[in-house]
Amino acid sequence: MSDSTQDERIKNISPLRQALVRPELGSIAGTIIVFLFFGFLAFDSGMFSPRGVLNWSTVSAQFMIIAVGACLLMIAGEFDLSVGSMIGFAGMMIAIFSVTLQWPVWTSICVTFVLCTALGALNGYIVIRTGLPSFIVTLAFLFILRGFTIFFPQLIERKTIIGGVSDAADGDWLASLFGGKVGEPVFVWLADLGLIDVFERGSRAGQPVVDGIPALILWAIGLVIFGHFVLTRTRFGNWIFASGGDAQAARYAGVPVNRVKILMFMFSAFCACVFATCQVMEFGSAGADRGLLKEFEAIIAVVIGGALLTGGYGSVIGAALGALIFGVVQQGLFFAGVESSLFRVFLGVLLLAAVILNTYIRRIITGEK
Amino acid sequence: MDPLFEMQDVEKHFGTVIALGGVNFSVSEGECHCLLGDNGAGKSTLIKTMSGVHAPTSGRLLMRGQEVRFEDPRQAISQGIATVYQDLAMIPLMSVSRNFFMGNEPIKRRFGFNLFDHERADKVTMDEMRKMGINLRGPHQAVGTLSGGERQTVAIARAVYFGAKVLILDEPTSALGVRQTANVLATVDRVRKNGIAVVFITHNVRHALAVGDRFTVLNRGKTLGTANKGEITPEELQDLMAGGQELVELESSLGGTV
Repeated sequence: MSDSTQDERIKNISPLRQALVRPELGSIAGTIIVFLFFGFLAFDSGMFSPRGVLNWSTVSAQFMIIAVGACLLMIAGEFDLSVGSMIGFAGMMIAIFSVTLQWPVWTSICVTFVLCTALGALNGYIVIRTGLPSFIVTLAFLFILRGFTIFFPQLIERKTIIGGVSDAADGDWLASLFGGKVGEPVFVWLADLGLIDVFERGSRAGQPVVDGIPALILWAIGLVIFGHFVLTRTRFGNWIFASGGDAQAARYAGVPVNRVKILMFMFSAFCACVFATCQVMEFGSAGADRGLLKEFEAIIAVVIGGALLTGGYGSVIGAALGALIFGVVQQGLFFAGVESSLFRVFLGVLLLAAVILNTYIRRIITGEK
Repeated sequence: MDPLFEMQDVEKHFGTVIALGGVNFSVSEGECHCLLGDNGAGKSTLIKTMSGVHAPTSGRLLMRGQEVRFEDPRQAISQGIATVYQDLAMIPLMSVSRNFFMGNEPIKRRFGFNLFDHERADKVTMDEMRKMGINLRGPHQAVGTLSGGERQTVAIARAVYFGAKVLILDEPTSALGVRQTANVLATVDRVRKNGIAVVFITHNVRHALAVGDRFTVLNRGKTLGTANKGEITPEELQDLMAGGQELVELESSLGGTV
């Protein structure tokens, strides 16, 4: 048998081609391009001042939180279109529990998390039991949850926004984990050194313009690290890839595919809930229209990050960079003074380019024609 | 030699359909027992009954003379019965090493976490592949870049590495070219010489005769009897598989090439 020696028909592949099959490559290149672009276009606009950086990193962090959940779910071979509605629903539940029912805020947050992950599990359970595409099942939940999010506050308070969460959350230990800021002394110190501007007038005169890192950003970083770790370093991560790559083959090899998929639906709901809690704590209110279209933004960030829509392939780091591109471009166009509606045009073009690139990479990996 | 694994009068009914209507079949250590049947003969049902996907409606499964019952495939695997399915052996987008350990990932403990031991997985994969005569570019090469024959070989190596005593191969050669087929048949031969009982399911008589020690023909859900190597000609096997008469006429018109 001649194949015990080196096969003469295996061509040496170039490092470029090797790098190309890494899912993150596209989003790394995209990130560099985006930063160069705005470095030239909007450098003087304050985009890269401490305040500007805080602005786009907060927006990017929001995308990142939901992108991590969507990424792992997509690699496991499923979609969740109910993320946006889940954000609205979770925020509204926290407000109703804490303001209308006067529960302690930490209880409200805990109950909401349990409720939302249970709804995620229900999503997954229905998909598994019926064998229907998750696209349809979660589309149903998109409407069901949004409907309840509008119905409950109208029924109880006769309005679609419930405010007063800030007052209720004042001094609550769990609320500060979502709405607080970290590192205030460091920023005061940096301001004293003159590295950060201070407010010159008004009630906050003398305080640094950036007075801490929002908890939201830390949640985003934490979730990205957690997601990346689970996916690449644990046996469960291998099961996520396997479940999305070929569910039947994975089952034959003994992978508990149903459990993996349901857990990923729950994680997606959990991420939506983190997003919602941070948002409610920041705004001090919950609105019935919160989270609109977020499911698509999450999916776009994941696809820009190199994941395949068909599952089995992708990267959390890539998805996080996708979210970063998303946030930087959205805010960068604002800083550069470009008409903001053009952002959507850009988004569509970027999505199309990413999907075409991913399909091409898939062909390289699998050798399909 | 006493059979390692045996099926006695196994029947499997799906509602009013009798998929298997009396199967007798046995395989011993170091033996390659070929199970031949045309499409619709009940091969898939038989494989799924052996591998624990379906419970038989009646009849007995014996492992080393002891009766066994499998509630699900994992129980069959834990008894040492491993099945390599034709199209569903590997996941093309995943690396060879991730595929090799899919569902059986090696674990190392670090900082209180159970981590996937990638180093060990990569090393074992490369070693086992070399034993099977496949030179990988590296353990991270995606399975999608392997040929069909190489995928089958990886799947067989995986089953053997994880302690298969009885290896069920579901049409491992039916989608392959000449050279790839030869590689897979060589792998079967190598595995058999290591004392593993191989059940080779195929509808290709020539492939069966190349590696088989015994041959059993399945037709319309029943086993038609077992012949030893050298006791039966390819023509007879072909006839039994097709249920006799029609093929004789067909064959003469095709000039004996089927």
